[in-house]
Amino acid sequence: MLLSGSEIVMECLLREGVDVMFGYPGGAILPTYDAMTKYPQIHHVLVRHEQGASHMADGYARATGKVGVCIATSGPGATNLVTGLATAMMDSVPVVAITGQVPRPAIGTDAFQETDVTGVTLPVTKHNYLVSDIHELAYTIKEAFHVARSGRQGPVLIDIPKDIQNEKIDFVYPEYDVVLPGYQPNLVADAEDVAAACRLINEAERPLILAGHGILMSGATTQLRELAERGQIPVTLTLLGKGGLPEDHPLSLGMMGMHGTATSNNAIQNADLLIALGMRFDDRVTGNLKTYAPNAKKIHVDIDPSELNKNVKVDVGIAGDLRTVIDQLLPGVEAGAHQAWMGQIREWQEDCDERDILKTYNGEGMLAAQVINDLWHHTGGEALTVTDVGQHQMIEAQYYPHRRPSTMLTSGGLGTMGFGFPAAIGAKFGKPEEEVWAIVGDGGFQMTMCELATAVQERINVNIAIINNGFLGMVRQWQEMFYEERYHATPMVSPDFCKLAEAFGIPAMRVTNREQVAESVEFARSVDGPVLIEYVVQKEDIVYPMVPTGADLDKMIRRPKPGEVQTV
Amino acid sequence: MSENKQTVVALVENKPGVLNRVASLFRRRNYNVDSLTVGRTHKAHVSRMTIVIDVERNDVRQIVENLKKLVNVIDVKYLSNEPHISRDLALVKVRTENADAYNHVTEVCERYPARIVDMGHEVTIVEVTASSAVVETVIDQLRPIGIVEMVRTGVVAMGRGTRIQDTQYEPVNVRGDQSNGSNGVLI
Ligand SMILES: Cc1ncc(C[n+]2csc(CCOP(=O)(O)OP(=O)(O)O)c2C)c(N)n1
Repeated sequence: MLLSGSEIVMECLLREGVDVMFGYPGGAILPTYDAMTKYPQIHHVLVRHEQGASHMADGYARATGKVGVCIATSGPGATNLVTGLATAMMDSVPVVAITGQVPRPAIGTDAFQETDVTGVTLPVTKHNYLVSDIHELAYTIKEAFHVARSGRQGPVLIDIPKDIQNEKIDFVYPEYDVVLPGYQPNLVADAEDVAAACRLINEAERPLILAGHGILMSGATTQLRELAERGQIPVTLTLLGKGGLPEDHPLSLGMMGMHGTATSNNAIQNADLLIALGMRFDDRVTGNLKTYAPNAKKIHVDIDPSELNKNVKVDVGIAGDLRTVIDQLLPGVEAGAHQAWMGQIREWQEDCDERDILKTYNGEGMLAAQVINDLWHHTGGEALTVTDVGQHQMIEAQYYPHRRPSTMLTSGGLGTMGFGFPAAIGAKFGKPEEEVWAIVGDGGFQMTMCELATAVQERINVNIAIINNGFLGMVRQWQEMFYEERYHATPMVSPDFCKLAEAFGIPAMRVTNREQVAESVEFARSVDGPVLIEYVVQKEDIVYPMVPTGADLDKMIRRPKPGEVQTV
Repeated sequence: MSENKQTVVALVENKPGVLNRVASLFRRRNYNVDSLTVGRTHKAHVSRMTIVIDVERNDVRQIVENLKKLVNVIDVKYLSNEPHISRDLALVKVRTENADAYNHVTEVCERYPARIVDMGHEVTIVEVTASSAVVETVIDQLRPIGIVEMVRTGVVAMGRGTRIQDTQYEPVNVRGDQSNGSNGVLI
């Protein structure tokens, strides 16, 4: 069949199971946009800024586990994707980005809208391609999807010169498998390492599981639960690991790290064995590496061998897919009890309970924690939430416990403000049956709020909860704690969000007291399409506990108990 | 090679941009390499990189694991722990305006695997091909005579005897002219 390069692109996307892509047209990608008209099976979502397209593809991928696809033109279109690619790279999310490039003869001449896109995106993609021959096009797309979704997943970019999009060849789809000589996505655990890990687990008196994003990416939630229950091993989660174990499970200690629960951090520092599963000992979860988990032996399982011994030296390192590796571990793990250890953990939990702001606060105005906890309550804890970055993100992690995997999406590694709202749109496309809430700050929302128009055009049913504290809250918190309260460039003037929504034709509601939260959820549910709710919260709240950058993990600044005075 | 150096050999696909990927990796991960050389092998689609790494400033295992993650890298091996041959080449231009200096140069060439490859009225070019350490020594010997220009290739290395580092990999023929089963077509 004689097909143009653009038609080949569409044929290949169909064969990869793509049903939606997020993008923005322009000169160098126009042939492919024209070809789209012949392929109505693939829905194209017109974004308002290419950054939005990359976050939507990312949100779609995180929610579904499938590859998310975004598409943009050369030059500025492609460079606008970069933040989203870097975000996906840091969190190992499978995204394929397609960009138009100037025609081959023009490459290197500083042609109109020419950018060396493979050069620019090299460090923020798992791999990228500049297609130089139409005969390579189909195979390259096939390889790109394979690379994006295998091993440690990640974003892949394909840059396609315009003349290749226009050129025609007799097209035969490459049915054969992708051959990548040195690429080993599926490593198999060494039996000896598995045995050594089991020995450590069975001998431990104070074991602790640290579960990360890998649990979700590998689909190993059942295995994790079995391991924890069999050995009676408490579990703490990373931010991206949320939902890996239901947070109402008796063995769940909540999140670890800078704003994790004091229980988790104390447990890490007092454990005699850490079992790290699909997490990477990021500095936000370890604090001071020199004093990290000083009494613990360490087992680390990760699909990426380069993560082993990168930040924390481990006693047993196993490279492999978690689901398989835990299945290999399980037969060797004896039933455990660890009563004394669990007793100590319960004591820490009681102390946390006493300090819980939900129980101690009697000030004026709503707290973000109250709003988010009420949202949890009124959505039955079953919403798919997508956060932006800042205080509200950490508060969502603390006060919206999730029971199911991939129901809390957030930019962890890169901490990209502006991620939340577009990623929520992408998630809703992937999971239309879920109740999707974008929980965003007044700052971050303004970075990508142009996508309101996209949401309207697509009539996509996303609920936007703006936690408005009138500040770049998290930065304000740092200024209060570490810069002697010099609040420079953090007080923020915002538009009237409800009127803004109205201008886009989006129903909106402003909530200023707690009694209205239930009503706001009902209101959101009554609207078929996007809806915006602004929660006006206490301006100068602080997220506790906090491990200051580089401090020992258990040297947290705690929220004072009632009657206690804060000592910072 | 001194004990605080590791030699790593990587077979990579001979495609545009591969050297860029490796260089970008080193930059991004803040690795310091002493030398990196790239050249062809007996197979047109495979290039070979020899990378010399200072083990005191780098975690070599990390470098190797990260190299393996690059999609175009076919195979990576450590050479330092095995018997191997390593060679560095230097061209050194020395000022030899008087007979003394010239005699000094010929003396050095007699004692070391070095030879004079160009001789003029004012300057002489010495070529030395040897292990890095020997190249280093020769340069040190020539330095007092007066070096005016110098270039080194960086180290290339190969395991001794039957320690063969090669790949069976053949690239897919995307044009699909001659069919070759499920793995596509071999060029
Ligand atoms: C793109 C980007 N720029 C800057 C930052 C640094 N930063 C982290 S949190 C934060 C404040 C976020 O404020 P807001 O969106 O209002 O959320 P809040 O913390 O108040 O909940 C900033 C500026 C970032 N993470 N991302």
